[in-house]
Amino acid sequence: MADPMRIRARLTGDTVEVKVLMAHPMETGLRKDSSGKLIPAHYIETVNATCKGKDVLTADWGPAVSKNPFLAFRFKGAAKGDKVTITWKDTAGESRTDDAVVS
Amino acid sequence: MRAKTKQHMFWLAIVVGAASSFTASLVWAQSATSSDPVSQYRAMFGDDNPADLWVMRGKDLWQKPRGPKNVALAKTCDLGMGTGVIKGAYAHMPRYFADTNKVQDLETRLLTCMVRDQGLDKAAILKNRFGDGDRKSDLEALSAYVVGASKGVPISLPMSHPQEKRAYAMGKALFYYRAGTHDFSCASCHGQSGKRIRLQQLPDLATANPEAQKTYTTWPAYRVSQGEVRTMEWRLGSCFRQMRFPKLKYGSEVAIDLTMFLAKNAEGGKMAAPGLKR
Repeated sequence: MADPMRIRARLTGDTVEVKVLMAHPMETGLRKDSSGKLIPAHYIETVNATCKGKDVLTADWGPAVSKNPFLAFRFKGAAKGDKVTITWKDTAGESRTDDAVVS
Repeated sequence: MRAKTKQHMFWLAIVVGAASSFTASLVWAQSATSSDPVSQYRAMFGDDNPADLWVMRGKDLWQKPRGPKNVALAKTCDLGMGTGVIKGAYAHMPRYFADTNKVQDLETRLLTCMVRDQGLDKAAILKNRFGDGDRKSDLEALSAYVVGASKGVPISLPMSHPQEKRAYAMGKALFYYRAGTHDFSCASCHGQSGKRIRLQQLPDLATANPEAQKTYTTWPAYRVSQGEVRTMEWRLGSCFRQMRFPKLKYGSEVAIDLTMFLAKNAEGGKMAAPGLKR
């Protein structure tokens, strides 16, 4: 089971700025371990953010994204107290969902 | 044809001459550049830092009862500010602890608490002292959490016990001690200001100055190149490797004494760790 994400969502004016920190190895599939064997690829493929049942961000990621990725984005149309839900899915079929309340 | 070759030789000689004199003075002649890409990268993160993932895990490890004795560090561990108190603890370390009769830095003190109070296996903890992906280090997570509770607290060491004074003197001597195949000392790289190796700025850590404060107060830190939080014990060990010194033993007197010297030179600086490093 993957470690929880750390999500912060802050409203300034009419825009919510969301900052997400995900714990993930993001293995590219090109690295080798100490015995020379390839470490299999294991990275986040899709990231989805929803608020009040609506998608506010969908992203397709690849192996070029860093380990323990940090994602920041802005969207409009939410008020204080609304919940932002983030879900990621990776190449191993694992996924993780966490949420944060807009403050 | 012949003339042309000669001409080539001539130019070659000049280039080689220039190159060798350049290499000889490389370490000393390079002055610091003003643009620092790492600080730009840091600015993009704002107040965020992947180290927060370690802080979250460290908080759990600190507060939950663990080990054969099933006690929480928060209920038993004294980091010098009283049992379970972490606020400001790191800013006053390394320090002398009466119960172990030793000067200890944060990592060795945590180890004492985990082994003595929680009954955890020392060898198992030390085996994972440096985390690597799924092999997570409890010491690094706990350090990140404890250090984070000192944010904004100015460094000041007790420096009252004779053993603390001795550790400082030893640390200072070690800092200037030249040895190894390269005849290096810590002071070879960190003895003056405004120098760099490749693109890496070299802070002056030999005296009490703002650079020493800025460096010390941002460790432990998340190393982006490693994707891990690293503590001072790791940092010193890595310096020893780069100097071609014998491997620095984790939690040894040498490591603690050097940390004492560096911490003393950073006194007055406000803690800003866990930091974010390249």
